[in-house]
Amino acid sequence: MGINREYVGREYRSPQPYEVTRVKIREFAEAIGDPNPVYFDPASARAAGYGDVVAPPTFPVIMGMEGMSQAVVDPELRLDFSRVVHGDQSFEYRRPLQAGDVVETVTRITDVSALGGNELLTLESEMRTVEGEHVLTAKNMLVVRGAAEEPREQDAKGQGSSA
Amino acid sequence: MTATVRYSDVEVGTEIPERVFPVRRIDLVRYAGASGDFNPIHWNERTAKAVGLPDVIAHGMFTMAQAGRLVTDWVGDPGALVEYKVRFSAPVVVPDDEKGAEVTVSGVVKEKLDGNLVRVALTARSGGAKVLARSTAVVRLA
Repeated sequence: MGINREYVGREYRSPQPYEVTRVKIREFAEAIGDPNPVYFDPASARAAGYGDVVAPPTFPVIMGMEGMSQAVVDPELRLDFSRVVHGDQSFEYRRPLQAGDVVETVTRITDVSALGGNELLTLESEMRTVEGEHVLTAKNMLVVRGAAEEPREQDAKGQGSSA
Repeated sequence: MTATVRYSDVEVGTEIPERVFPVRRIDLVRYAGASGDFNPIHWNERTAKAVGLPDVIAHGMFTMAQAGRLVTDWVGDPGALVEYKVRFSAPVVVPDDEKGAEVTVSGVVKEKLDGNLVRVALTARSGGAKVLARSTAVVRLA
């Protein structure tokens, strides 16, 4: 059975605000192998005009994952996470995230559609500081491989389509 | 911080030199931990093959991070990035050996916009496949 289309428009709010820290920025920058000092060294970041170390552009995936995790465990959505691959991703930035930011994320399911034997799930996440400053918007489209052609019992017996 | 590349020095067609980024299994494990994306297709061969993939594949967001670095290193300031979007057109397949996979990224200025902004088209290839398509970054230059 495919993704529950009644879930288009559903919103998932981060259970608690996400605190952007120097330690997490460092861990993430190391994981992507990017040695830019504005991610690691507060003095370098300040010399560059920032208040503290800034986060790499793809860092918001962490908060996006939180929203997606809520959707993934929502049994009514019927999403098989092991079949998910990433289709596309976009970010629109007002400014980079910075250590000390406390951010709330609202993730909305904006579209569910079928393409070939796959299903496409589009999510949009808006990230704001707890003070209400809009920092960035992230959109991602997930491809659920084979979700639209999950064979049913009778298909296995050769009575259904073999798509 | 402002970008170190000047808008007036850039033309449509200006190229950002190609770079090669290695991707090994250990990088995917580290990235899973840092990002919170523990989808087993990024570390478990059994799961990857069960869903029809040739082998473990890199997180798309890991590839997006490498391609983004081409732009942020070019302009010098990650805060100069205004918009960044990618389409994952093929997976980066990462074999279980010391070498892993390589992602080769290049960029070219496609458009000069108002406000010292330029749109850069990015290309990333791995194992003979184009792994990012229709991928662009809008950056503010000095």
